[in-house]
Amino acid sequence: MQCHVCKKAEATVHLTQIVENQVKKVDLCEACAKEKGVNDPTGFSLADLLLGLGASQKMEEATTAAGTETACPACGFTQADFKKTGRLGCSECYHVFAEGLESLLKGMHKGTQHKGKVPAGQKRVSTSRNRIEKLETELKSAIEREDFEQAAALRDAIKSARKESQTA
Amino acid sequence: MNVLEFLSNPSDACRRGGPNDKIVFSSRVRLARNLTGVPFPGHAKKADRVKTFDLLMEAVSALPQMGQDPFSEGMDKLSAQDKQLLVERHLVSREHAQKNAGSGLVLNKEETVCVMVNEEDHLRMQALRPGLQLKQAWLAIDAVDTSLQEKVEFAFDSHYGYLTACPTNLGTGIRVSAMLHLPGLVLAEQINQIIQAVNKLGLAVRGLYGEGTEALGNIFQVSNQMTLGESEAEIVERINKVLLQIIEHEENARLFQLEKKPKVLLNHIGRAYGVLSHSHTITSKETMNLLSHLRLGVDLGLFGPTPKAVVDELFLISQPAHLQAGRNQKLDAEGRDALRADLLRERMKLLPPPDPAGLTERPA
Repeated sequence: MQCHVCKKAEATVHLTQIVENQVKKVDLCEACAKEKGVNDPTGFSLADLLLGLGASQKMEEATTAAGTETACPACGFTQADFKKTGRLGCSECYHVFAEGLESLLKGMHKGTQHKGKVPAGQKRVSTSRNRIEKLETELKSAIEREDFEQAAALRDAIKSARKESQTA
Repeated sequence: MNVLEFLSNPSDACRRGGPNDKIVFSSRVRLARNLTGVPFPGHAKKADRVKTFDLLMEAVSALPQMGQDPFSEGMDKLSAQDKQLLVERHLVSREHAQKNAGSGLVLNKEETVCVMVNEEDHLRMQALRPGLQLKQAWLAIDAVDTSLQEKVEFAFDSHYGYLTACPTNLGTGIRVSAMLHLPGLVLAEQINQIIQAVNKLGLAVRGLYGEGTEALGNIFQVSNQMTLGESEAEIVERINKVLLQIIEHEENARLFQLEKKPKVLLNHIGRAYGVLSHSHTITSKETMNLLSHLRLGVDLGLFGPTPKAVVDELFLISQPAHLQAGRNQKLDAEGRDALRADLLRERMKLLPPPDPAGLTERPA
Protein backbone atom coordinates (compact mmCIF):
# COMPACT_ATOMS: atom_id res chain seq x y z
CA MET A 1 0.00 0.00 0.00
CA GLN A 2 1.27 3.42 -0.97
CA CYS A 3 1.53 6.48 1.25
CA HIS A 4 -1.33 8.91 0.57
CA VAL A 5 0.88 11.96 0.93
CA CYS A 6 4.17 11.38 -0.85
CA LYS A 7 2.73 8.56 -3.03
CA LYS A 8 6.17 6.94 -3.00
CA ALA A 9 7.01 5.12 0.18
CA GLU A 10 5.17 2.11 1.53
CA ALA A 11 2.44 3.10 3.99
CA THR A 12 3.03 1.73 7.47
CA VAL A 13 0.85 4.06 9.54
CA HIS A 14 -2.86 3.44 9.09
CA LEU A 15 -5.09 5.98 10.69
CA THR A 16 -8.80 5.45 11.21
CA GLN A 17 -10.99 8.17 12.61
CA ILE A 18 -14.64 7.76 13.40
CA VAL A 19 -16.44 11.04 13.07
CA GLU A 20 -20.21 11.17 13.30
CA ASN A 21 -20.44 7.43 12.73
CA GLN A 22 -18.38 7.67 9.56
CA VAL A 23 -15.12 5.87 9.22
CA LYS A 24 -12.32 7.84 7.56
CA LYS A 25 -9.07 6.10 6.72
CA VAL A 26 -5.67 7.42 5.76
CA ASP A 27 -2.52 5.44 5.01
CA LEU A 28 0.84 7.13 5.48
CA CYS A 29 4.50 6.24 5.41
CA GLU A 30 6.58 6.73 8.55
CA ALA A 31 8.17 9.99 7.44
CA CYS A 32 4.94 11.67 6.33
CA ALA A 33 3.12 10.48 9.44
CA LYS A 34 5.70 12.14 11.61
CA GLU A 35 5.57 15.33 9.59
CA LYS A 36 1.79 15.53 9.80
CA GLY A 37 1.84 14.82 13.53
CA VAL A 38 -0.22 11.67 13.24
CA ASN A 39 1.41 10.24 16.37
CA ASP A 40 -0.55 12.85 18.24
CA PRO A 41 -4.13 12.07 17.21
CA THR A 42 -5.55 15.33 18.57
CA GLY A 43 -3.27 17.30 16.28
CA PHE A 44 -4.61 15.59 13.19
CA SER A 45 -7.77 17.23 12.01
CA LEU A 46 -10.66 16.13 9.91
CA ALA A 47 -10.33 19.07 7.55
CA ASP A 48 -7.01 17.59 6.51
CA LEU A 49 -8.60 14.25 5.85
CA LEU A 50 -11.49 15.57 3.86
CA LEU A 51 -9.85 18.29 1.90
CA GLY A 52 -6.38 17.04 1.39
CA LEU A 53 -3.51 17.18 3.79
CA GLY A 54 -2.39 20.63 4.83
CA ALA A 55 -5.79 22.19 4.20
CA SER A 56 -6.51 23.32 7.73
CA GLN A 57 -2.97 24.59 8.10
CA LYS A 58 -3.33 26.83 5.07
CA MET A 59 -6.56 28.23 6.40
CA GLU A 60 -5.01 28.81 9.77
CA GLU A 61 -2.00 30.60 8.37
CA ALA A 62 -4.21 32.86 6.36
CA THR A 63 -6.28 33.93 9.32
CA THR A 64 -3.57 34.19 11.93
CA ALA A 65 -1.69 36.40 9.51
CA ALA A 66 -4.70 38.68 9.46
CA GLY A 67 -4.67 38.93 13.24
CA THR A 68 -7.46 37.61 15.43
CA GLU A 69 -9.67 34.70 14.50
CA THR A 70 -12.36 35.75 12.08
CA ALA A 71 -15.98 34.78 12.47
CA CYS A 72 -18.55 35.03 9.69
CA PRO A 73 -20.81 38.02 10.48
CA ALA A 74 -23.76 36.30 8.78
CA CYS A 75 -23.74 32.95 10.56
CA GLY A 76 -21.04 33.12 13.24
CA PHE A 77 -19.00 30.34 11.69
CA THR A 78 -15.32 30.36 12.72
CA GLN A 79 -12.01 29.00 11.58
CA ALA A 80 -12.14 26.39 14.32
CA ASP A 81 -15.51 25.20 13.03
CA PHE A 82 -14.05 24.72 9.58
CA LYS A 83 -11.12 22.82 10.98
CA LYS A 84 -13.48 20.56 12.86
CA THR A 85 -16.01 19.84 10.13
CA GLY A 86 -14.32 20.59 6.82
CA ARG A 87 -17.51 22.44 5.83
CA LEU A 88 -18.44 26.11 5.75
CA GLY A 89 -21.41 27.64 7.54
CA CYS A 90 -23.16 29.72 4.88
CA SER A 91 -22.61 31.26 1.46
CA GLU A 92 -21.21 34.44 3.07
CA CYS A 93 -18.38 32.40 4.63
CA TYR A 94 -16.78 32.15 1.19
CA HIS A 95 -16.15 35.89 1.24
CA VAL A 96 -15.16 36.08 4.90
CA PHE A 97 -12.59 33.32 4.57
CA ALA A 98 -11.68 34.13 0.95
CA GLU A 99 -7.99 34.63 1.59
CA GLY A 100 -7.36 31.26 3.13
CA LEU A 101 -9.70 29.51 0.75
CA GLU A 102 -8.06 30.65 -2.43
CA SER A 103 -4.90 28.59 -2.00
CA LEU A 104 -6.91 25.67 -0.66
CA LEU A 105 -9.15 25.71 -3.73
CA LYS A 106 -6.19 25.93 -6.05
CA GLY A 107 -4.92 22.59 -4.79
CA MET A 108 -8.36 21.04 -4.92
CA HIS A 109 -9.74 22.12 -8.27
CA LYS A 110 -8.69 22.81 -11.82
CA GLY A 111 -8.90 26.55 -11.29
CA THR A 112 -10.55 29.01 -8.95
CA GLN A 113 -12.74 30.79 -11.49
CA HIS A 114 -16.15 29.23 -12.12
CA LYS A 115 -16.55 28.36 -15.81
CA GLY A 116 -19.83 26.48 -15.71
CA LYS A 117 -23.52 27.28 -15.65
CA VAL A 118 -24.64 30.75 -14.65
CA PRO A 119 -28.18 31.34 -13.36
CA ALA A 120 -30.45 33.33 -15.68
CA GLY A 121 -30.23 37.02 -14.86
CA GLN A 122 -26.66 36.70 -13.56
CA LYS A 123 -23.92 37.92 -15.82
CA ARG A 124 -20.89 35.86 -16.53
CA VAL A 125 -18.15 37.91 -14.97
CA SER A 126 -15.20 38.43 -17.16
CA THR A 127 -13.88 41.96 -16.89
CA SER A 128 -13.78 42.38 -13.13
CA ARG A 129 -12.48 38.83 -12.80
CA ASN A 130 -9.62 39.45 -15.16
CA ARG A 131 -8.79 42.57 -13.23
CA ILE A 132 -8.65 40.66 -9.97
CA GLU A 133 -6.45 38.01 -11.50
CA LYS A 134 -4.07 40.66 -12.78
CA LEU A 135 -3.95 42.32 -9.38
CA GLU A 136 -3.20 38.97 -7.82
CA THR A 137 -0.16 38.34 -9.98
CA GLU A 138 1.02 41.85 -9.22
CA LEU A 139 0.56 41.15 -5.54
CA LYS A 140 2.63 38.01 -5.81
CA SER A 141 5.53 39.78 -7.47
CA ALA A 142 5.32 42.66 -4.98
CA ILE A 143 5.67 40.16 -2.15
CA GLU A 144 8.60 38.56 -3.91
CA ARG A 145 10.26 41.98 -4.21
CA GLU A 146 9.47 42.47 -0.53
CA ASP A 147 7.67 45.67 -1.46
CA PHE A 148 5.11 45.39 1.32
CA GLU A 149 3.70 48.86 0.97
CA GLN A 150 2.72 48.12 -2.59
CA ALA A 151 1.51 44.65 -1.57
CA ALA A 152 -0.81 46.11 1.07
CA ALA A 153 -2.29 48.52 -1.45
CA LEU A 154 -2.82 45.70 -3.93
CA ARG A 155 -4.42 43.51 -1.30
CA ASP A 156 -6.94 46.25 -0.54
CA ALA A 157 -7.58 46.75 -4.24
CA ILE A 158 -8.30 43.04 -4.66
CA LYS A 159 -10.66 43.07 -1.71
CA SER A 160 -12.70 45.97 -3.05
CA ALA A 161 -12.70 44.51 -6.57
CA ARG A 162 -14.07 41.25 -5.15
CA LYS A 163 -16.78 43.10 -3.32
CA GLU A 164 -17.68 44.96 -6.48
CA SER A 165 -17.93 41.82 -8.55
CA GLN A 166 -20.19 40.26 -5.93
CA THR A 167 -22.59 43.14 -5.72
CA ALA A 168 -22.62 43.62 -9.48
CA MET B 1 -46.41 7.38 1.62
CA ASN B 2 -45.15 3.81 1.49
CA VAL B 3 -41.69 3.41 -0.03
CA LEU B 4 -42.13 -0.24 -0.87
CA GLU B 5 -45.36 0.42 -2.74
CA PHE B 6 -43.96 3.41 -4.59
CA LEU B 7 -40.75 1.76 -5.82
CA SER B 8 -40.89 -0.47 -8.87
CA ASN B 9 -40.43 -4.14 -7.99
CA PRO B 10 -36.82 -5.38 -8.17
CA SER B 11 -37.38 -7.46 -11.27
CA ASP B 12 -38.71 -4.48 -13.26
CA ALA B 13 -36.03 -2.20 -11.82
CA CYS B 14 -33.31 -4.52 -13.11
CA ARG B 15 -34.85 -4.95 -16.53
CA ARG B 16 -34.10 -1.36 -17.52
CA GLY B 17 -31.19 -1.50 -19.91
CA GLY B 18 -28.87 1.00 -21.55
CA PRO B 19 -25.77 1.33 -23.72
CA ASN B 20 -22.75 -0.68 -22.49
CA ASP B 21 -24.79 -2.17 -19.67
CA LYS B 22 -22.68 -5.33 -19.67
CA ILE B 23 -20.06 -3.33 -17.82
CA VAL B 24 -21.81 -0.13 -16.75
CA PHE B 25 -24.69 -0.70 -14.33
CA SER B 26 -25.81 2.91 -14.18
CA SER B 27 -24.92 6.55 -14.76
CA ARG B 28 -25.65 9.36 -12.36
CA VAL B 29 -25.22 13.13 -12.33
CA ARG B 30 -25.91 15.15 -9.22
CA LEU B 31 -25.92 18.89 -8.63
CA ALA B 32 -25.42 20.57 -5.25
CA ARG B 33 -27.31 23.82 -4.70
CA ASN B 34 -28.03 26.12 -1.76
CA LEU B 35 -30.48 28.91 -1.16
CA THR B 36 -29.03 32.35 -0.82
CA GLY B 37 -29.15 33.97 2.61
CA VAL B 38 -29.78 30.78 4.62
CA PRO B 39 -26.99 28.94 6.45
CA PHE B 40 -26.04 25.52 5.03
CA PRO B 41 -27.97 22.61 6.63
CA GLY B 42 -25.06 21.50 8.82
CA HIS B 43 -24.82 24.92 10.47
CA ALA B 44 -28.47 26.03 10.31
CA LYS B 45 -30.73 26.39 13.33
CA LYS B 46 -33.67 24.03 13.39
CA ALA B 47 -36.16 26.77 12.52
CA ASP B 48 -34.12 27.71 9.43
CA ARG B 49 -33.83 24.09 8.38
CA VAL B 50 -37.56 23.50 8.67
CA LYS B 51 -38.33 26.68 6.73
CA THR B 52 -35.97 25.62 3.92
CA PHE B 53 -37.45 22.14 3.99
CA ASP B 54 -41.04 23.38 3.60
CA LEU B 55 -40.13 25.77 0.82
CA LEU B 56 -38.02 23.34 -1.18
CA MET B 57 -40.17 20.23 -0.79
CA GLU B 58 -43.11 22.12 -2.23
CA ALA B 59 -41.13 23.80 -5.00
CA VAL B 60 -39.43 20.57 -6.10
CA SER B 61 -42.59 18.43 -5.95
CA ALA B 62 -44.37 20.87 -8.25
CA LEU B 63 -41.67 20.80 -10.96
CA PRO B 64 -42.85 19.48 -14.34
CA GLN B 65 -39.77 17.21 -14.43
CA MET B 66 -40.98 15.38 -11.32
CA GLY B 67 -44.11 14.29 -13.21
CA GLN B 68 -47.44 13.29 -11.70
CA ASP B 69 -47.56 12.31 -8.03
CA PRO B 70 -43.91 12.11 -7.11
CA PHE B 71 -42.88 10.47 -3.85
CA SER B 72 -42.37 13.38 -1.49
CA GLU B 73 -41.69 12.77 2.18
CA GLY B 74 -39.73 13.96 5.19
CA MET B 75 -36.99 11.63 6.38
CA ASP B 76 -38.59 11.53 9.83
CA LYS B 77 -41.66 9.87 8.28
CA LEU B 78 -39.66 6.93 6.93
CA SER B 79 -38.74 3.81 8.88
CA ALA B 80 -35.15 2.64 9.14
CA GLN B 81 -35.98 -0.15 6.71
CA ASP B 82 -37.53 2.23 4.16
CA LYS B 83 -34.44 4.40 4.29
CA GLN B 84 -32.20 1.39 3.78
CA LEU B 85 -34.31 0.31 0.80
CA LEU B 86 -33.68 3.71 -0.77
CA VAL B 87 -29.95 3.41 -0.10
CA GLU B 88 -29.84 -0.03 -1.70
CA ARG B 89 -31.55 1.43 -4.78
CA HIS B 90 -28.90 4.18 -4.77
CA LEU B 91 -31.61 6.82 -4.54
CA VAL B 92 -30.39 8.45 -1.32
CA SER B 93 -26.93 8.64 0.18
CA ARG B 94 -26.08 6.83 3.38
CA GLU B 95 -25.61 10.23 5.04
CA HIS B 96 -29.08 11.30 4.04
CA ALA B 97 -30.58 8.04 5.33
CA GLN B 98 -29.46 9.06 8.81
CA LYS B 99 -31.32 12.37 8.66
CA ASN B 100 -34.65 13.01 10.34
CA ALA B 101 -37.03 15.96 10.72
CA GLY B 102 -36.12 18.86 8.44
CA SER B 103 -34.69 16.68 5.68
CA GLY B 104 -36.60 15.08 2.88
CA LEU B 105 -36.74 13.36 -0.45
CA VAL B 106 -38.62 13.88 -3.70
CA LEU B 107 -38.54 11.08 -6.25
CA ASN B 108 -40.33 10.80 -9.57
CA LYS B 109 -42.39 7.77 -10.55
CA GLU B 110 -39.82 6.54 -13.08
CA GLU B 111 -37.08 6.71 -10.41
CA THR B 112 -34.92 8.72 -12.81
CA VAL B 113 -34.86 12.01 -10.89
CA CYS B 114 -34.32 12.13 -7.16
CA VAL B 115 -33.87 15.24 -5.03
CA MET B 116 -32.56 15.21 -1.47
CA VAL B 117 -33.51 18.25 0.59
CA ASN B 118 -31.22 19.34 3.43
CA GLU B 119 -28.54 16.75 2.99
CA GLU B 120 -25.11 18.37 3.28
CA ASP B 121 -26.43 21.13 1.01
CA HIS B 122 -29.96 22.47 0.80
CA LEU B 123 -30.40 20.54 -2.43
CA ARG B 124 -28.74 17.48 -3.85
CA MET B 125 -30.50 16.80 -7.14
CA GLN B 126 -29.66 13.72 -9.12
CA ALA B 127 -30.62 12.07 -12.38
CA LEU B 128 -30.07 8.36 -12.92
CA ARG B 129 -29.93 6.33 -16.10
CA PRO B 130 -29.17 2.66 -16.76
CA GLY B 131 -25.96 1.87 -18.65
CA LEU B 132 -23.56 4.53 -19.85
CA GLN B 133 -25.67 7.65 -20.40
CA LEU B 134 -23.86 10.43 -18.62
CA LYS B 135 -24.80 13.15 -21.05
CA GLN B 136 -28.50 12.25 -20.93
CA ALA B 137 -28.39 12.21 -17.14
CA TRP B 138 -26.71 15.59 -17.09
CA LEU B 139 -29.21 17.15 -19.49
CA ALA B 140 -32.07 15.79 -17.39
CA ILE B 141 -30.81 17.22 -14.11
CA ASP B 142 -29.79 20.48 -15.77
CA ALA B 143 -33.40 20.94 -16.86
CA VAL B 144 -34.59 20.37 -13.28
CA ASP B 145 -32.07 22.94 -12.06
CA THR B 146 -33.15 25.50 -14.65
CA SER B 147 -36.84 25.20 -13.80
CA LEU B 148 -36.15 25.40 -10.10
CA GLN B 149 -34.15 28.60 -10.56
CA GLU B 150 -37.31 30.29 -11.73
CA LYS B 151 -38.81 29.71 -8.29
CA VAL B 152 -35.97 30.09 -5.81
CA GLU B 153 -32.69 31.98 -5.72
CA PHE B 154 -29.54 29.93 -5.35
CA ALA B 155 -26.36 31.08 -3.63
CA PHE B 156 -24.13 31.99 -6.55
CA ASP B 157 -20.94 33.98 -6.81
CA SER B 158 -19.53 35.16 -10.12
CA HIS B 159 -16.06 34.05 -9.10
CA TYR B 160 -16.71 30.84 -7.18
CA GLY B 161 -19.90 29.77 -8.97
CA TYR B 162 -22.54 27.87 -6.97
CA LEU B 163 -21.64 27.97 -3.29
CA THR B 164 -21.68 24.68 -1.42
CA ALA B 165 -21.18 23.62 2.20
CA CYS B 166 -18.03 21.72 1.33
CA PRO B 167 -15.41 23.50 -0.81
CA THR B 168 -14.88 20.25 -2.73
CA ASN B 169 -18.23 20.76 -4.49
CA LEU B 170 -17.82 24.45 -5.23
CA GLY B 171 -18.41 25.95 -8.68
CA THR B 172 -20.57 23.68 -10.78
CA GLY B 173 -21.62 21.54 -7.80
CA ILE B 174 -21.62 18.65 -10.23
CA ARG B 175 -20.72 15.06 -9.44
CA VAL B 176 -20.75 12.76 -12.46
CA SER B 177 -20.45 9.08 -11.70
CA ALA B 178 -20.91 5.63 -13.15
CA MET B 179 -21.21 2.24 -11.47
CA LEU B 180 -19.00 -0.32 -13.16
CA HIS B 181 -18.74 -4.10 -12.96
CA LEU B 182 -15.07 -5.01 -13.46
CA PRO B 183 -14.51 -8.69 -12.66
CA GLY B 184 -12.10 -9.12 -15.59
CA LEU B 185 -9.72 -6.47 -14.36
CA VAL B 186 -9.90 -7.84 -10.81
CA LEU B 187 -9.17 -11.42 -11.95
CA ALA B 188 -6.34 -10.21 -14.18
CA GLU B 189 -4.98 -8.26 -11.18
CA GLN B 190 -4.92 -5.10 -13.25
CA ILE B 191 -7.48 -3.25 -11.21
CA ASN B 192 -5.00 -1.39 -9.00
CA GLN B 193 -3.15 -0.08 -12.01
CA ILE B 194 -6.41 1.13 -13.48
CA ILE B 195 -7.47 2.78 -10.22
CA GLN B 196 -4.14 4.56 -9.95
CA ALA B 197 -4.27 5.77 -13.54
CA VAL B 198 -7.84 7.00 -13.07
CA ASN B 199 -6.85 8.77 -9.84
CA LYS B 200 -4.07 10.56 -11.67
CA LEU B 201 -6.66 11.97 -14.05
CA GLY B 202 -8.40 13.61 -11.13
CA LEU B 203 -11.18 11.05 -10.85
CA ALA B 204 -12.12 9.06 -7.77
CA VAL B 205 -12.76 5.31 -7.64
CA ARG B 206 -14.95 4.06 -4.81
CA GLY B 207 -16.95 1.06 -3.67
CA LEU B 208 -20.60 0.22 -4.13
CA TYR B 209 -22.13 2.79 -1.82
CA GLY B 210 -19.76 5.66 -2.51
CA GLU B 211 -17.29 7.31 -0.20
CA GLY B 212 -15.43 5.04 2.17
CA THR B 213 -17.10 1.80 1.11
CA GLU B 214 -15.61 -1.47 -0.03
CA ALA B 215 -15.68 -2.63 -3.63
CA LEU B 216 -17.97 -5.60 -3.03
CA GLY B 217 -18.87 -7.78 -5.98
CA ASN B 218 -16.19 -6.17 -8.17
CA ILE B 219 -18.42 -3.12 -8.44
CA PHE B 220 -16.69 0.24 -8.62
CA GLN B 221 -17.93 3.78 -8.76
CA VAL B 222 -15.94 6.28 -10.81
CA SER B 223 -16.60 9.99 -10.34
CA ASN B 224 -15.08 13.42 -10.86
CA GLN B 225 -13.47 15.20 -7.93
CA MET B 226 -12.89 18.67 -9.33
CA THR B 227 -15.94 20.88 -9.71
CA LEU B 228 -14.42 24.34 -10.16
CA GLY B 229 -12.50 25.78 -13.10
CA GLU B 230 -14.16 23.59 -15.73
CA SER B 231 -17.60 23.68 -17.29
CA GLU B 232 -20.17 20.94 -16.73
CA ALA B 233 -19.90 19.82 -20.35
CA GLU B 234 -16.12 19.48 -20.08
CA ILE B 235 -16.39 17.42 -16.91
CA VAL B 236 -19.02 15.10 -18.42
CA GLU B 237 -16.99 14.68 -21.60
CA ARG B 238 -13.75 13.95 -19.76
CA ILE B 239 -15.21 11.29 -17.50
CA ASN B 240 -17.08 9.75 -20.43
CA LYS B 241 -13.80 9.33 -22.31
CA VAL B 242 -12.15 7.71 -19.31
CA LEU B 243 -15.08 5.34 -18.85
CA LEU B 244 -14.93 4.23 -22.48
CA GLN B 245 -11.29 3.36 -21.92
CA ILE B 246 -12.01 1.45 -18.74
CA ILE B 247 -14.69 -0.49 -20.62
CA GLU B 248 -12.18 -1.37 -23.30
CA HIS B 249 -9.65 -2.53 -20.71
CA GLU B 250 -12.29 -4.64 -18.99
CA GLU B 251 -13.28 -6.25 -22.28
CA ASN B 252 -9.66 -6.99 -23.09
CA ALA B 253 -9.04 -8.42 -19.63
CA ARG B 254 -12.01 -10.76 -20.08
CA LEU B 255 -10.76 -11.91 -23.49
CA PHE B 256 -7.27 -12.39 -22.12
CA GLN B 257 -8.49 -14.55 -19.23
CA LEU B 258 -10.64 -16.53 -21.62
CA GLU B 259 -7.72 -17.23 -23.90
CA LYS B 260 -4.94 -17.79 -21.39
CA LYS B 261 -6.70 -19.11 -18.32
CA PRO B 262 -10.08 -20.48 -19.34
CA LYS B 263 -9.99 -23.08 -16.55
CA VAL B 264 -9.55 -20.41 -13.88
CA LEU B 265 -12.43 -18.45 -15.31
CA LEU B 266 -14.73 -21.47 -15.62
CA ASN B 267 -13.76 -22.58 -12.14
CA HIS B 268 -14.79 -19.24 -10.60
CA ILE B 269 -18.12 -19.24 -12.41
CA GLY B 270 -18.86 -22.90 -11.73
CA ARG B 271 -18.07 -22.56 -8.03
CA ALA B 272 -20.18 -19.44 -7.78
CA TYR B 273 -23.09 -21.35 -9.29
CA GLY B 274 -22.51 -24.26 -6.89
CA VAL B 275 -22.32 -22.24 -3.69
CA LEU B 276 -25.22 -19.95 -4.58
CA SER B 277 -27.39 -22.97 -5.46
CA HIS B 278 -26.60 -25.06 -2.40
CA SER B 279 -25.71 -22.90 0.58
CA HIS B 280 -27.91 -22.75 3.67
CA THR B 281 -26.41 -19.66 5.19
CA ILE B 282 -24.52 -16.98 3.30
CA THR B 283 -23.36 -13.44 4.09
CA SER B 284 -24.15 -10.47 1.94
CA LYS B 285 -20.46 -10.00 1.16
CA GLU B 286 -19.92 -13.55 -0.09
CA THR B 287 -23.14 -13.35 -2.09
CA MET B 288 -22.04 -10.18 -3.85
CA ASN B 289 -18.68 -11.63 -4.79
CA LEU B 290 -20.21 -14.85 -6.13
CA LEU B 291 -22.95 -13.01 -8.01
CA SER B 292 -20.24 -10.99 -9.71
CA HIS B 293 -18.79 -14.20 -11.14
CA LEU B 294 -22.25 -15.42 -12.07
CA ARG B 295 -22.91 -12.20 -13.97
CA LEU B 296 -19.59 -12.61 -15.75
CA GLY B 297 -20.71 -16.12 -16.74
CA VAL B 298 -23.94 -14.71 -18.17
CA ASP B 299 -21.95 -12.09 -20.12
CA LEU B 300 -19.72 -14.83 -21.53
CA GLY B 301 -22.67 -16.94 -22.68
CA LEU B 302 -22.30 -19.82 -20.20
CA PHE B 303 -25.94 -19.68 -19.19
CA GLY B 304 -27.49 -19.66 -22.64
CA PRO B 305 -30.08 -16.97 -23.20
CA THR B 306 -30.42 -16.04 -19.49
CA PRO B 307 -30.69 -12.24 -19.36
CA LYS B 308 -28.33 -10.53 -16.92
CA ALA B 309 -31.34 -8.83 -15.36
CA VAL B 310 -31.92 -12.14 -13.54
CA VAL B 311 -28.54 -11.85 -11.83
CA ASP B 312 -28.90 -8.10 -11.26
CA GLU B 313 -32.16 -8.77 -9.47
CA LEU B 314 -30.34 -11.24 -7.19
CA PHE B 315 -27.77 -8.51 -6.42
CA LEU B 316 -30.59 -6.26 -5.32
CA ILE B 317 -32.83 -8.64 -3.41
CA SER B 318 -29.99 -10.16 -1.40
CA GLN B 319 -29.25 -6.75 0.20
CA PRO B 320 -30.47 -6.58 3.82
CA ALA B 321 -33.46 -4.26 3.41
CA HIS B 322 -34.70 -5.81 0.16
CA LEU B 323 -34.30 -9.25 1.66
CA GLN B 324 -36.57 -8.34 4.55
CA ALA B 325 -38.96 -6.12 2.60
CA GLY B 326 -42.58 -6.76 3.55
CA ARG B 327 -41.66 -8.61 6.76
CA ASN B 328 -42.70 -7.11 10.03
CA GLN B 329 -40.05 -8.82 12.04
CA LYS B 330 -36.51 -7.57 11.83
CA LEU B 331 -34.02 -10.42 11.56
CA ASP B 332 -30.56 -10.51 13.07
CA ALA B 333 -27.50 -11.12 10.89
CA GLU B 334 -27.71 -14.87 11.33
CA GLY B 335 -31.38 -14.94 10.38
CA ARG B 336 -30.70 -12.79 7.32
CA ASP B 337 -27.90 -15.08 6.15
CA ALA B 338 -30.23 -18.08 6.35
CA LEU B 339 -33.08 -16.27 4.62
CA ARG B 340 -30.71 -15.07 1.90
CA ALA B 341 -29.49 -18.63 1.26
CA ASP B 342 -33.09 -19.90 1.08
CA LEU B 343 -34.00 -17.22 -1.43
CA LEU B 344 -30.91 -17.84 -3.56
CA ARG B 345 -31.43 -21.62 -3.63
CA GLU B 346 -34.98 -21.06 -4.82
CA ARG B 347 -34.01 -18.54 -7.52
CA MET B 348 -31.00 -20.49 -8.74
CA LYS B 349 -33.29 -23.37 -9.72
CA LEU B 350 -34.37 -21.25 -12.67
CA LEU B 351 -30.81 -20.98 -13.93
CA PRO B 352 -29.32 -23.85 -15.99
CA PRO B 353 -25.86 -25.05 -14.88
CA PRO B 354 -23.01 -23.23 -16.62
CA ASP B 355 -22.20 -24.81 -19.96
CA PRO B 356 -18.58 -24.32 -21.11
CA ALA B 357 -19.72 -24.91 -24.69
CA GLY B 358 -21.36 -21.49 -24.53
CA LEU B 359 -17.94 -19.88 -24.56
CA THR B 360 -17.18 -20.87 -28.12
CA GLU B 361 -20.65 -20.10 -29.37
CA ARG B 362 -20.76 -16.56 -28.08
CA PRO B 363 -17.40 -15.04 -27.28
CA ALA B 364 -17.40 -12.05 -24.94
